[in-house]
Amino acid sequence: MSALGLSRWQFGITTVYHFIFVPLTIGLAFVLAIMQTLEYKTKKPIYGEMVKFFGRLFAVNFAIGLVTGIVQEFQFGMNWSNYSIFVGNIFGAPLAIEGLLAFFLESTFLGIWLFGKNKVSTRVHLFSAWMVSIGTMLSALFILAANSFMQHPVGYTIDPKTHQAVMTNFLALLTNSTLITTFFHTVLAALSTGAGLVLGVAGYQLLRHRKKDMFVGAARIGIVVLFVSMLFNSFVGHIQGQVMEKQQPMKMAAAEALYNTSSGASFSLLTIGNLSGDPIFQIRLPHLLSVLSDNSWNGTVEGINQVQAAEVAKYGQGSYVPPIWVEYWTFRIMVGLGGVILLWGLVGLHFMRQGSLDRKRWYLRISPYLIAAPIIANLTGWIFTEVGRQPWIVYGLLKTANANSHLSALSVGITLVGFTAVYSILAVVDAILMFKFGTSDPDSLGSHGEKEAEGSPSSHSELIY
Amino acid sequence: MKITPLQFVWFSLVVVLWSGYFFLEGFDFGVGMLLRWIGRDDLERRAVINAIGPTWDGNEVWLLVAGGATFAAFPKWYATVFSSFYLALFLILVALIFRGVAFEYRSKLVNPRWRRRWDMAIFLGSLLPAILWGVAFGDFIHGIPLDAQGNFTGNFFSLLSPYSIFVGVTMASVFLIHGALFLEMKLDGQLRERASFVARRLSPLMTLLVIVFIIWTYITANHSGGSNIVPGILPIAIVVLAVTAQVLIADRHFGWAFATTGATIVAITVNMFLDLYPRVLVSSTSDAYSLTITGTASAHYTLVVMTIVAAIFTPLVLLYQGWSYRIFRARIRLTPPEESKTEEIKK
Repeated sequence: MSALGLSRWQFGITTVYHFIFVPLTIGLAFVLAIMQTLEYKTKKPIYGEMVKFFGRLFAVNFAIGLVTGIVQEFQFGMNWSNYSIFVGNIFGAPLAIEGLLAFFLESTFLGIWLFGKNKVSTRVHLFSAWMVSIGTMLSALFILAANSFMQHPVGYTIDPKTHQAVMTNFLALLTNSTLITTFFHTVLAALSTGAGLVLGVAGYQLLRHRKKDMFVGAARIGIVVLFVSMLFNSFVGHIQGQVMEKQQPMKMAAAEALYNTSSGASFSLLTIGNLSGDPIFQIRLPHLLSVLSDNSWNGTVEGINQVQAAEVAKYGQGSYVPPIWVEYWTFRIMVGLGGVILLWGLVGLHFMRQGSLDRKRWYLRISPYLIAAPIIANLTGWIFTEVGRQPWIVYGLLKTANANSHLSALSVGITLVGFTAVYSILAVVDAILMFKFGTSDPDSLGSHGEKEAEGSPSSHSELIY
Repeated sequence: MKITPLQFVWFSLVVVLWSGYFFLEGFDFGVGMLLRWIGRDDLERRAVINAIGPTWDGNEVWLLVAGGATFAAFPKWYATVFSSFYLALFLILVALIFRGVAFEYRSKLVNPRWRRRWDMAIFLGSLLPAILWGVAFGDFIHGIPLDAQGNFTGNFFSLLSPYSIFVGVTMASVFLIHGALFLEMKLDGQLRERASFVARRLSPLMTLLVIVFIIWTYITANHSGGSNIVPGILPIAIVVLAVTAQVLIADRHFGWAFATTGATIVAITVNMFLDLYPRVLVSSTSDAYSLTITGTASAHYTLVVMTIVAAIFTPLVLLYQGWSYRIFRARIRLTPPEESKTEEIKK
């Protein structure tokens, strides 16, 4: 494989991996801040126990999100130097601002939150929890501002001398319609992810009859956040699809494997066989695609062949079609899981109102498995949107094939294997710790995850690590 | 082309960010390197890690912001440096990954083997980047093979000149003493004693390395045509600072000594960038191919936007980061039952 191909795999692997942990961090930070606010307001000890229990899971995740984030910040320059030079005038700014506004905020206040419980007032401690949560969301905002420029470049001009993209309007960058929809879509998805984890873990613990009050309380918070965020996200996702249809018609056409422009287009629910118009079996919902993309029963949806022809006319010879099967299936998995998550929340809401949450054993039993649903939806959504942009790295301006660094395939091969190995080790370690802290009886765990035997040092000192 | 005021501001800011990063993570690296020597048992090691526990993460953000600021203000500099130092950066990243995770994970399981491995990760994850950053900065001055397009034409081993390796060792030694002094201020009892012992024993070596480093740098920088600004004052100041640090350590003025090793780190960093100025990366192939401030800077508008953002938020960040250090200013004491345990060990 060429250095370009290897670089793409490396970016894909490291980014997808990073994106397992980031939504969890954003979501958990928010849910924890809510729990801690409830503790502050009601003074009920169960909320304090919740914060302690789920705080451990949060800290384990935060660490991996943080260290894999450093790689993200560096590999634009390492593997994609032509891209970095081309967009640096624009893309670098949100990245730098992300560091200045978000990373400092979340890391500093996380330090205070983790270590400072006995050193600051409860009010300042609560404030720290919210600062961490706001920090994670600001981080999402600025990195998505950078990403949205790749999806839908705005506020720029091409310098005739250097042939680089140059920023002309910073506000346009921050009010990019792609950014606004993507930001809400991503953050809401992250909230579902964090809430899903809380609900799943609470389900596991309730099945084993541990700390009923605390885990029923946690499950209720999880259900409400999960349901509300997913409900709003269905609408946001719909709006985002329409924005995308206008800005990147190819992505929408590929998502539907719709080869030819049609009016009153049907939505393909499931296709077995060949996606290129020769299916063995398929289920289609009439008119739905038109309704989804245009809000009208007989709206016109552009097909792959027509978009390809239009792009050739605009940008010159070449294929402008992304891998259709990736687009078709990732989109269906994402949307399908969205439905599953909504149902998960809705059913939970129903049991919550009945007050029978802790007795619905089947619901408690499936909940831990459903933790995976939002995570997989995030990943497929991310792959969908980034693969669907191909062959462009910056839509309409720069192709991925022209964006990489001047590196040997050997160098990239070494780092690809290296990062994959390192990340695999981290995945195993993270899984061990998450499983341990998620499934252990809270009574057996000490203040910071230590199993505290009698006379153990941590029961006397304030040491955390 | 003349350097515009904003280009100069951003070059200076990049220097400030790297200086801040080396000052702050410098002692974190030192603490990491010393973990297994100052902390003899598990509890003591936890005390050592707790000394930087709440703040190491914020210190590392300085690196991210330095990278981001370079990307935004000097895209071609960012792209060329990061792709040229490809494998070296990969090693730094892996080291920082394991080190960061190790801080969070080492005490999460009681298994001694688990803890030993993470302690090793903290040690190597601190030593390796400390040396490699020095090597990279040595290369900036010494020059790396770049062609007319700014593409790196060497390989990993062309980054390892005797000079750059020496810079790496020097930087690591300064970080080590800086970290020992930090621990002297943060710990108590026997741990504090050990930290001061390390500082007193090893600081003469550090001072010697710094002096040789300055002479060698002066020759190398002049050789590659740099040192356009005040060639004399800063190198002399660095030597004076290093000697002062040693004297202060010998006299057990550890707080002042810490400030002085910090000042040494900042002065070394500033000096290296000034040796480059007005270039940002030297090509050893031909000086005509060296990257310059004007040749790599972003357009005016980007710099204006970035300046406004930085002017508003940098003071705020400094304020709350400083505040967090204030919150954790107390020495870490092993509580009474532990002190009696320490006493027993003494006997």
